[in-house]
Amino acid sequence: MNHETVIVIGNGMVGHKFCEKLTSKSDNFNIIVFGEEPRRAYDRVHLSEYFNGKSAEDLSLSHENWYNEQNITLHLGDPVKEIDRESKTIHSNKGLILNYDYLVLATGSSAFVPDIPGVDKEGVFVYRTIEDLELIKNYALNAKTGSVLGGGLLGLEAAKALIDLNLAETNVIEFAPRLMPRQIDSAGSQMLQTKLATLGLSIYTNKGTSSIEGENRIESLKFNDGSELKTDILVISAGIRPRDELAKLCGIEVGTRGGVLVNESMQTSDPSVFAIGECALFNHNIYGLIAPGYEMAEVVAANLCEGNKTFNGFDMSTKLKLIGVDVASFGDPFTTEPDSRSILFEDTHKGIYKRINISNDGKYLLGGILIGEAEAYNMLLQTVNNKIALPPNPEDLILGSRGGSSQTENAGLAGLPDDALICSCEGVSKGTICNSVSAEGCESVDAIKKCTKAGTGCGGCIPMVKDLMLHTMKENGKYVRNVVCEHFQLSRQELYDLIKIHNLKNYEQVLDNVGKGDGCEICKPLVSSLLASIWNDMILKRGNDTAQDSNDRFLANIQKGGTYSVVPRIPGGEIKPEKLVIIGEVAEKYGLYTKITGGQRIDMFGAHLSDLPLIWEELIAAGFESGHAYGKALRTVKSCVGSTWCRFGLHDSVSYAIRIEERYRGLRAPHKLKSAVSGCIRECAEAQSKDFGIIATEKGWNLYVCGNGGSKPQHALLLASDVDSDTCIKYIDRFLMFYIRTADPLTRTAPWLNKMEGGIEYLRNVVVNDSLGMAEQWEIEMQNIVNSYQCEWKTAIEDPEIRKRFNHFVNAPEEKDPSVKFDEMRGQKKAANWTTA
Amino acid sequence: MIETTTNWFEACRVEDAVQNGGVCVKCGEEQIALFYFTRRNEWYATQNLCPHRRQMALSRGMIGSVGEDPKIACPFHKKTFSLSTGECLSGDECAIQTYPVKVEDGLVYIGLQN
Ligand SMILES: Cc1cc2nc3c(=O)[nH]c(=O)nc-3n(C[C@H](O)[C@H](O)[C@H](O)COP(=O)(O)OP(=O)(O)OC[C@H]3O[C@@H](n4cnc5c(N)ncnc54)[C@H](O)[C@@H]3O)c2cc1C
Ligand code: SF4
Ligand code: SF4
Ligand code: FES
Repeated sequence: MNHETVIVIGNGMVGHKFCEKLTSKSDNFNIIVFGEEPRRAYDRVHLSEYFNGKSAEDLSLSHENWYNEQNITLHLGDPVKEIDRESKTIHSNKGLILNYDYLVLATGSSAFVPDIPGVDKEGVFVYRTIEDLELIKNYALNAKTGSVLGGGLLGLEAAKALIDLNLAETNVIEFAPRLMPRQIDSAGSQMLQTKLATLGLSIYTNKGTSSIEGENRIESLKFNDGSELKTDILVISAGIRPRDELAKLCGIEVGTRGGVLVNESMQTSDPSVFAIGECALFNHNIYGLIAPGYEMAEVVAANLCEGNKTFNGFDMSTKLKLIGVDVASFGDPFTTEPDSRSILFEDTHKGIYKRINISNDGKYLLGGILIGEAEAYNMLLQTVNNKIALPPNPEDLILGSRGGSSQTENAGLAGLPDDALICSCEGVSKGTICNSVSAEGCESVDAIKKCTKAGTGCGGCIPMVKDLMLHTMKENGKYVRNVVCEHFQLSRQELYDLIKIHNLKNYEQVLDNVGKGDGCEICKPLVSSLLASIWNDMILKRGNDTAQDSNDRFLANIQKGGTYSVVPRIPGGEIKPEKLVIIGEVAEKYGLYTKITGGQRIDMFGAHLSDLPLIWEELIAAGFESGHAYGKALRTVKSCVGSTWCRFGLHDSVSYAIRIEERYRGLRAPHKLKSAVSGCIRECAEAQSKDFGIIATEKGWNLYVCGNGGSKPQHALLLASDVDSDTCIKYIDRFLMFYIRTADPLTRTAPWLNKMEGGIEYLRNVVVNDSLGMAEQWEIEMQNIVNSYQCEWKTAIEDPEIRKRFNHFVNAPEEKDPSVKFDEMRGQKKAANWTTA
Repeated sequence: MIETTTNWFEACRVEDAVQNGGVCVKCGEEQIALFYFTRRNEWYATQNLCPHRRQMALSRGMIGSVGEDPKIACPFHKKTFSLSTGECLSGDECAIQTYPVKVEDGLVYIGLQN
């Protein structure tokens, strides 16, 4: 077969996907790609991550040699200027003239810039390419206030970027009366708007912009209603315009409002020219999302290979996280009576809005909207797409079934037909995923990703892929439970008991006795943590050292760039001036960046591995000890100054905090532990956000447990009130031992309690009323741990074998890692930014 | 075997290596991670640079196995790589370079191709 030439114009997301699809189906084509942008196609959907430290290369959709390996000729930075359909040739900007048999237009779209006086001023940008982002990033350095014109999906995305660039104020200006008018209804918009406002965005709706003011650079915006808004930078996101200029120029039919007209085979009015992605106009629609673009690429690739596929329109359902708020819209979100009926749920307290539209006979789900909480999205979308009959109480779909089991979710999964599309980006069906589990033995999400590509696009389907995997494994008679990893077919709690019963003292023994294989990065730190909780041996004892998580292994937190941070313990946050001086001197001597932590301690960053023992030698000599900031262990017991100084203080919160911190220092647990003590109900130490927190009362102390800061904040709950100091410690002993024994790996106390049947009542029964009869044993075990405490750093620096491990080079112990690089900021060092291959 | 073109670099003594773990070897301007998989009585060597965020870190990672294949997990984001082939086992990072290792008279050598 002689090789036909396919020329692809545009190396964006869809153009790239087309190349992937075509080369995977056939080697019979000579493929040539022209891209206008200077770099290989990248992930535009996740463009904003460029501001969070991802590099252009991270975002790239292919590795450097991919095009070469596929024998595709790639001309970057060379846009096509003209198409000559008569001679079937294209002319590139750099002067190349090439023949094609088939031409694929994948030119995407550009940002639509409305014709407002002043749009050409400095400081006005669009948000579409990496170059745009670079310009915005540089300009924002000198900007305080930023605004985005357009409150649609992309506008809000751009607003998030401005927030990330640390602008003091970010505004969103929308012409329509509400945000995201194309995806969500007005009640949903209202909820979204309120939620975004609490996150610091100022939102102006119903605002027509009449001009952009300023001398050379933008200074403010003027609106039709006469009002004005100061702004230093403006990002325009007022919609997209399909790039149909080439097509128009050569007489290919385009829509009146833009877009290259295509039929269901993605053919334009010239049968050897195709258009795909955001430049294509199908059935009066421009599809501004990635999944339909990929489907179009599939259609053309299949048809060129003599397949027979057609594009039949595409579902525009989406789920996004906008500035941390989940927003989803699926099926027909807007349909109303008399065509359908809607069920609405609104919780203004938590900022949740849900709407589902069902058919008049109550049998089918037609579409809906989810704001603030969108976990049900995947299942709801499947219910619409596969016309699955609704349960008798369809409201359960958004409220969760009350008063009973959580059967609905899995019943739903089983009910899906095999051809139900689970990953729409990559077009992977339920059947393919289940088959990869049953026939190809994929038993992790990663394995499924590799095998089927499901979940490698936008990633939205991953929770569902995981559920399907577990479901299929169960169906196949595999006993699925929360086992640690392939080396231990046991849960954490079972392992805990076995280690104790068999008296196992190091990782290798545990593996030999109750595990199989050679271990991995999941079970090693987990077993190490259990060993430490149970025996409280020095964690770097030979045989245990290399099974520790990297931070535990080097008794310090590894930071960006490969240096470590050092946190000495400062119990209760109380420190003498002399000791402050020592910290200052050590930091200066070893060139460390210093910062006060959230837990009333001082963190020193940027220490070379080989300096760690030297640093600690000096700190220990001055009376410091390890702060265990590197371990899943007790971190800090914060305190307010309490009755010694504060006029409101009821008891001496500092002394009590020190007592508690010294009791539990170094205690290894399933996750880190934080605590605090406040001297009165004003709660200056924020004890109610801690794993265990104590607040002074007139009569004693109130003990709160299972609070959490972090990414999912949760208030601690009252466990016991008005108890005296010793009783309070007894309760904490029991509480902590119960947690250490029974929590899943890497589970903090808050989610541990959330999963506990019976909740806080049950916990109180166990801890206060000793309902399990374990109290005494736990208190003894805790006392043993307390008695065997040692400062790990002290032991480490005194042991030459352990000390040796802190050299960077085994064969050049005196040399430091030459690849460590720092930048400067505000007169201190900072780690150089991530780079990628 | 193309033993003839291999240049054996003397890395360290057996007792300097970390049992069931890694050390970093300076080899001219290069950094090579050397792993002593004591449990399997095997030695491996790879580049020390993790391709994910270009951190000089693999020697400080944790070794283990997936099925029969020995692997190393980077301490930064736990990307894993096969110690025998260098292939990335989690996600699509590019493969890492691996080197042959031999032990003679208590000394460990890394084979460099030149
Ligand atoms: C910030 C942002 C966030 C987004 N978020 C989402 C999301 O969450 N979900 C979602 O589904 N979609 C999202 N999208 C939309 C998605 O990125 C697009 O649907 C997708 O990129 C379209 O792919 P494409 O290949 O058609 O166009 P593009 O990716 O724009 O690629 C077209 C390429 O062709 C080039 N080109 C144009 N003319 C020529 C020429 N004459 N010669 C050579 N090259 C030319 C262009 O320079 C460009 O590189 C987002 C878009 C942006 C900008
Ligand atoms: S919590 Fe009460 S005692 Fe402590 S500092 Fe605040 S007001 Fe004073
Ligand atoms: S919140 Fe914690 S994990 Fe996140 S950047 Fe800050 S220190 Fe790092
Ligand atoms: S740097 Fe190695 S996994 Fe990220």
